[in-house]
Amino acid sequence: MTRPGAAGLIWALLVIIAAGIAARATYTADLSAFLPRSPSATQRLLIEQLRAGPAARLILVALEGADARTRARLSVQLARELRSDPRFIAVNNGDAASLERDREFLFRHRYLLSETVTPQRFTVAGLHAAIADSLDLLTSPEGALLKPLFTRDPTGEMLGILEALGPARGPRTTEGVWSSRDGAQALLIAQTRAAGSDTDAQQAACEAIRRAFTASLAAIPAADRRGTALLMSGPPVFAVASRALIKGEVMRLSGVSAALVALLLLSVYRSLPALLLTLVPVASGALAGVAAVALGFDAVHGITLGFGITLIGEAVDYSIYLFVQSAAHWRHSVWPTIRLGVLTSICGFAALLPSAFPGLAQLGLYSVTGLVAAALVTRFVLPGWLPRSLAIRDLSAPGERLARALQQLRRVRGALVLVPLLAGAALYVHRGTLWNRELSALNPIPAADQALDERLRAEAGAPDVRYVIVASAPERESALADAHTLGALLTPLIDQGVIGGFESPARYLPPLAVQRARQSSLPAPPELSARLQQAVAGLPVSAARLQPFLLDVERARTAPPLTSTDLEGTSLAAAVEGLLVRSAGGWAALLPVYAVASADLSASAVARVRAALARETSVHAVLLDLQGEANRLYSGYLSEAVQLAITGFCAIVLLLSVALRSFARVTRVVAPLALSVLAVAGLLVALGERLTILHVVGMLLIVAVGSNYALFFDRSAQPSQGSVPLTLASLLIANIATVLTFSVLACSRVTVLADLGSTVAPGTLLALLFSALLARPPPAPPAAAPTGAS
Amino acid sequence: MRRRRWGVGVLTLVLAAACAAAEQTTAPPAFDEVLKLLAARRHGHVTFTEVQQLAMLDRPLQSSGELLYEAPDRLEKRTLRPQAQTLILEHDVLTARRGRRTHVMELRDYPQVVPFIESIRATLAGDRAALERFFRVQFDGTLAAWTLLLVPVDATLAGAVKDIRIEGERDAIRTVEIRQSDGDRSLLSIGPEVPR
Repeated sequence: MTRPGAAGLIWALLVIIAAGIAARATYTADLSAFLPRSPSATQRLLIEQLRAGPAARLILVALEGADARTRARLSVQLARELRSDPRFIAVNNGDAASLERDREFLFRHRYLLSETVTPQRFTVAGLHAAIADSLDLLTSPEGALLKPLFTRDPTGEMLGILEALGPARGPRTTEGVWSSRDGAQALLIAQTRAAGSDTDAQQAACEAIRRAFTASLAAIPAADRRGTALLMSGPPVFAVASRALIKGEVMRLSGVSAALVALLLLSVYRSLPALLLTLVPVASGALAGVAAVALGFDAVHGITLGFGITLIGEAVDYSIYLFVQSAAHWRHSVWPTIRLGVLTSICGFAALLPSAFPGLAQLGLYSVTGLVAAALVTRFVLPGWLPRSLAIRDLSAPGERLARALQQLRRVRGALVLVPLLAGAALYVHRGTLWNRELSALNPIPAADQALDERLRAEAGAPDVRYVIVASAPERESALADAHTLGALLTPLIDQGVIGGFESPARYLPPLAVQRARQSSLPAPPELSARLQQAVAGLPVSAARLQPFLLDVERARTAPPLTSTDLEGTSLAAAVEGLLVRSAGGWAALLPVYAVASADLSASAVARVRAALARETSVHAVLLDLQGEANRLYSGYLSEAVQLAITGFCAIVLLLSVALRSFARVTRVVAPLALSVLAVAGLLVALGERLTILHVVGMLLIVAVGSNYALFFDRSAQPSQGSVPLTLASLLIANIATVLTFSVLACSRVTVLADLGSTVAPGTLLALLFSALLARPPPAPPAAAPTGAS
Repeated sequence: MRRRRWGVGVLTLVLAAACAAAEQTTAPPAFDEVLKLLAARRHGHVTFTEVQQLAMLDRPLQSSGELLYEAPDRLEKRTLRPQAQTLILEHDVLTARRGRRTHVMELRDYPQVVPFIESIRATLAGDRAALERFFRVQFDGTLAAWTLLLVPVDATLAGAVKDIRIEGERDAIRTVEIRQSDGDRSLLSIGPEVPR
């Protein structure tokens, strides 16, 4: 080869640079791979919610084993440990002390918190009506609750507040702490300070819980704590687990496929140097791919590295062709074919580059760069390194046997007609359930863990927040004011049965102006005393008994307004912190909305909430359907991926048309690829799979890899283009390597990787078979062709 | 605190319903016979008046309405005056309706209340043993005027309710009086059967 030294030098330099970039790159495994690169306004809100929203920071903890009393002790101890940990803004376990703190806060500040505090309420008539109402209530079970508070709160503000907070959705209580319905598990809910997207911080939080559990356990006699176990769930736990899972899978699967491919090549080559040289382009390609993604994106996603395994499958082919088909033919016949193959692959993957789905765009960039690098290294660097003494096993004999077998097989190629028929039939039968349009299709979390999460959520009364009204405002205080305004809009909707309820930060921390207005509704002591005297006329209670009421009203009238500092130490602080968040444009107030009975709002309920929001022009608020929006997002990705894949396919056909300049040859190259894609799609659907975005990418990969096979067969059909048996042998080896790699991937526990593997492994196998069957027979009988390594 | 007081309310309801069921049955004075007849009753619909005496009020609170019972476990206390409100116990779910507001609570979330409910259901089923699991039961008097005194065994319940006194004439329950530990008390008087 010309100037092998120079090529090697450039290669070495580039490797060092790429390694430097890769080493400094950020690697993530959070949601970012699935979030759009240039989101719409609604999508931006969705992303903020998924990353930083209160739901994303909730860790559900269940303690099981031992007896109820021990679990309760553990729960109390664990809560105490975690409450002193700054990583958590709130830890709730339903213990009486913290419930009492909340109630105490609400009661002390009832005249600032109650929505019923208006000037009318404190007129003679208003007081009379309110007190008469409270007296009526005293005869009901609710009244029993009111009785001890009556002399301080005869107008029933506390009950009004509790009513506005909605029915206690909390879990049941066993031995004084929250427990599951059956009482067999003690429950805690911890809210982390860090945003859900900060996986490192979430990991630290999860570890802190585990440590605190171990520490709490130590305080309990060994005999009592038998069989105790800690279960954790929630978005932070999932984020940490899926990162670990993806990381582990990527390492494990790369290792396994590399080992399998190495074993295959070693058994074929019977030469260690040849094996090592084969790995050079693969490793170079992988490194170049990572470096390119690191340069092109903020962070390299773990999933991208997982896809990177796929590179082993294709890049290793190049050196296989080089070694097996002999260096003699390399530059003049093998390389041009590989070059065209690489170009077709690039066409396919480049189509992914403009994807709004960063995961897909990263995959595209990684593959394009990786393949180019691997091909260039194979072309310019590797031949210069081939030792003259490098002798790999001569594969002419098996190649010829292969050629004869192929001739036999060609006789039945008419049966190929069945492929589009059967696949088409399968696709037609399942046409209604062809695609999986739900984002959960990409969820790497095992179903069992998702089920645990669902159960704990139901038990803990922490329903998955699906609907959130997001009110954006420039400042915190104005966001609170918006939340208050929205609350007034939503309350009638509860009464009308449109929604079941909602939460609002303004309930726990009313905006300053509202607090001032409520304070000014309270009359000064002499005035109130006089009005009360008149108000109780005809009621079975005397004004003298209600002196504590006068004192409390005066205290509230002159008190400084509530600030978030006053909330500290109560679980309400977490509610405000979670529902009042910084956002891109300043601040956002979040108002989760709950449906009446089921978890989903009906379409008409959604429309009525939206209409109510639209009427209030002073507030910039939108109702966000998190699940619907996420599914819409994913569904958008899916249609986009299909479009991009079709574009890629068209680009490949165009490229082949230009390169081969023959309609017949292009057809012979494209037909087996199209057939394999069709067959695999039919096969997957017939097996009950619903196609996801990764299946689509997999089909693109079938075309990219399969095009190499088809092109080699096309070349073999041309006169004097090297040894047909050796070409066949190299193709078979390359194919086995690819199928091995993707079969390993198909075994992954990460759904997206498994989807990819289960598409590409059978697809490339079929692509080779179909290419062989559909190729024009070589011009001369195989035996007459110039044989092997000269 | 809150739950214990709910318990008082639920208890009132259940006892009242028991009275509704017992109304106008013919039973011998023996306790077991009373229970047996209660159990035989599948349906009851009576009027009631209730007087609650609270230390902090100058006058007692009065309310009236109807009580309904459907065997085996649907009880309803329909207060008509002075303010309409409905309390329904069905299976293990207690629903309180007042104005447009409805409160629903599941009794299994309030384990302190369960002994009361179970014992009353046991009463309606004629199961004396179950009743005695939760109360010290004292049956006194003659056929013409008998008294059933129930004192909670459970300490938490005893903290809220001192005792429950049910009075009857021959086969009919006439009053249910609940005395609370803080001295407040309520007296539920059963009126005539509401014609179907």
